[in-house]
Amino acid sequence: MLPKMDFDNYDTGPFYDEMFTPDGRPRDGCRLLHGKVESLPPGEIRTRQTAAEQAFYDMGITFTVYGHEEGTEKIFPFDIIPRVIEAAEWDSLERGLVQRIRALNLFIDDVYHQGRIMADGVIPRSIVESSSGYFKECQGLNPPRGVWCHITGSDLVRDETGRFMVLEDNLRCPSGVSYVLANRRILKRTFPQVFETIDIRPVDDYAPLLLDMLHAIAPPAVGRPTAALLTPGVYNSAYFEHTFLAQQAGIELVEGRDLVVADGYVHMRTTKGLKKVDVLYRRVGEDFLDPKVFRPDSLLGVPGIMEVYKAGRVAMANAPGTGVADDKVVYAYVPQMIRYYLGETPLIDNVETFLCWEDKQRRHVLENLDTMVVKAAAESGGYGMLVGPAATPEERAAFAAKIEADPRNYIAQPTINLSRAPVLVDDHFEGRHVDLRPYILYGEDIRVIPGGLTRVALKRGSLVVNSSQGGGSKDTWVLGPGQARQG
Amino acid sequence: MLSRVAEAIYWMSRYLERAENIARFLDVNWHLTLDTPGGRGEQWMPLVSAMGDHSLFVDRELAGNRKSVIRFLAFDPEYPNSIVNCLARARDNARTIREIIPTEMWEQTNTFYHMVREAARDCETVLNNPYQFCDEVKRRDLTISGIAGDAMSHDEAWDFFRLGRLLERADKTSRILDVKYFILLPHPTDIGSNLDYVQWGALLKAISALEAYRRRHGRIQPERIVEFLLLDHDFPRSVLCCLIKAQECLHAITGTPAGYFANPAEKRIGLLTGDLAYSGLEEIFSAGLHEFTDNLQTRMNLVDTAIYDTFFSTFPAIDAASQQ
Repeated sequence: MLPKMDFDNYDTGPFYDEMFTPDGRPRDGCRLLHGKVESLPPGEIRTRQTAAEQAFYDMGITFTVYGHEEGTEKIFPFDIIPRVIEAAEWDSLERGLVQRIRALNLFIDDVYHQGRIMADGVIPRSIVESSSGYFKECQGLNPPRGVWCHITGSDLVRDETGRFMVLEDNLRCPSGVSYVLANRRILKRTFPQVFETIDIRPVDDYAPLLLDMLHAIAPPAVGRPTAALLTPGVYNSAYFEHTFLAQQAGIELVEGRDLVVADGYVHMRTTKGLKKVDVLYRRVGEDFLDPKVFRPDSLLGVPGIMEVYKAGRVAMANAPGTGVADDKVVYAYVPQMIRYYLGETPLIDNVETFLCWEDKQRRHVLENLDTMVVKAAAESGGYGMLVGPAATPEERAAFAAKIEADPRNYIAQPTINLSRAPVLVDDHFEGRHVDLRPYILYGEDIRVIPGGLTRVALKRGSLVVNSSQGGGSKDTWVLGPGQARQG
Repeated sequence: MLSRVAEAIYWMSRYLERAENIARFLDVNWHLTLDTPGGRGEQWMPLVSAMGDHSLFVDRELAGNRKSVIRFLAFDPEYPNSIVNCLARARDNARTIREIIPTEMWEQTNTFYHMVREAARDCETVLNNPYQFCDEVKRRDLTISGIAGDAMSHDEAWDFFRLGRLLERADKTSRILDVKYFILLPHPTDIGSNLDYVQWGALLKAISALEAYRRRHGRIQPERIVEFLLLDHDFPRSVLCCLIKAQECLHAITGTPAGYFANPAEKRIGLLTGDLAYSGLEEIFSAGLHEFTDNLQTRMNLVDTAIYDTFFSTFPAIDAASQQ
């Protein structure tokens, strides 16, 4: 006899739960979903989870597991219960993200021009110029429309009170948006009836918006621009995403070896000779972009492409040099940037951040390592970090030594008890910590895709949601304005 | 289109067609075996020879019996042309052009690969009775073919897809003929016997040609079968038919008018197609069937090399006139 699937024994714990209020009632926006899940016959939800996983497998949205039997493939873990965000809450998040991106873009443009914000003493010049994403080669460049950060994926988290905060900004090559689109597709297959009854904002226009953005930033003289996505190649862990986005946007997917600089332009090698490329959505980091300017040993890039870029004959998203704002120390100054450039109060706060290069803050960090999360300034993907409360005394001591040796490279934040959402575990539901990565496009104007990628730490108690560290994902439903309170 | 992409489509298609043809080889031999009275023994080695990979097999010191040959051709991870490796390579190519091919085509290729890998994992059933597996391989590849025809734009990518498939098929049809040739010749007394008809029938059936042949020629006559498989203008698996269509694809890609050539690939395929189109059974049998098909295969390999030089090589010769 299969157990009935309900939430009767679900424990929200001392955390903000995305689906339930502390007294165990479903939140307004979750009522329909909650009712639907509880009304399913025993075993049905597990059947649908399995079917969803099979669909990912058949679609080839998989990664290869090394060290196992050759060719073993796995899907990225996916949980079938969506995460719901209500309309009003999303609208205010969206405003906050637009504000943040506007300020970040002004900051990057400023850094590579007069550097007013540094001259005015708001951010130390030494911090900016020691950022690993800062490239002096980009000094004085003028990308079309003055836009540098065309695609951003900032990470948001909620604390125990349910307040959203920005954990970090990903301005280099944020990945994951293909999972937003794939998750939605799979969930529509899995719960078609729910989509009929709940007003969920669609995400399917991401690819057309991406294409519009790429066209908007093309060199001005070009009539009908040719856009291409530059990928490091099939061995890159995000390769599926590269093919998927190129296909959905209807643009070429190119590798460095497909491109060549000739007569002052960038061209693709085709079966009919060379064809000019006007816009590149690059998923190759600056370091590897042009062996003549950056790393000379790079085989992934295109020799001479920076020269063409500087001459304004090819556009790139994101603009080379954008990563300067990706540094976690620079991140700490974003609220100041918003005040400085826009004269506004930040609508979404940063997580409280301690900068180890400042003596007083470093001492505080070192004295409180057991309660803090320490991160390396230039790392991402959950690498190079210490989760203080989960670490052993030896690990903390080793990390303290690293901080002392290179204080510029570390920031620390109090451990946030991330909000939780129910996930299917065997035959019941358990709470797991989640974050949210919305995707923001900046071309003609700034557009935020409704929701984004909800990443979930599938290990019980874990606060690390990165896929490289055992994280999975959920579909994210942003409710439409009309039905936020239906139930 | 990108040279790299064109090459990936071409090879994806060739590997899929190759996998399908190996399944057809296995199928025809399996049926020949069923119809061969026990005393004669089964002959499986001609299959390996027909693939042109005799030495690879012999070097491994494998036994030439049914299970060993089926395992080798279908599932051997070390044999580059085994069905499982063809699928792996077709899928690897498909993966690099996922943005070019229709989603359904990628998914079909992907699930096809997983199906074959699953079969390889527990292959005893297939080794004992390959019929269902071979049938499944054929069907799945035909599905991909159908998706290509109905869901791809009939543009350059589609022409490269067809080009790869047609050249591979022409090669394999000429080889499948060799299989029968090898098996039967040692027993000239059988020629014209019931057994002979049964075996030719099995061969035609394996390449889905039996009904088409019957409508064209009626009675089973070995020389008519040779003519049908090599020279028929309408049957889509005959060598000539494949080459004529492959030539059309090449010209569609380059825009060169029929009767002209603008690159070595067009020249070679034009010469080959012309020679074959104006050959008759007399030429074939005076050269010897095996020698004739062998020569055909060598010349088709040269076409493939010319296609690589013309379209795929990493640094294609680019002159000012060819730039657009």
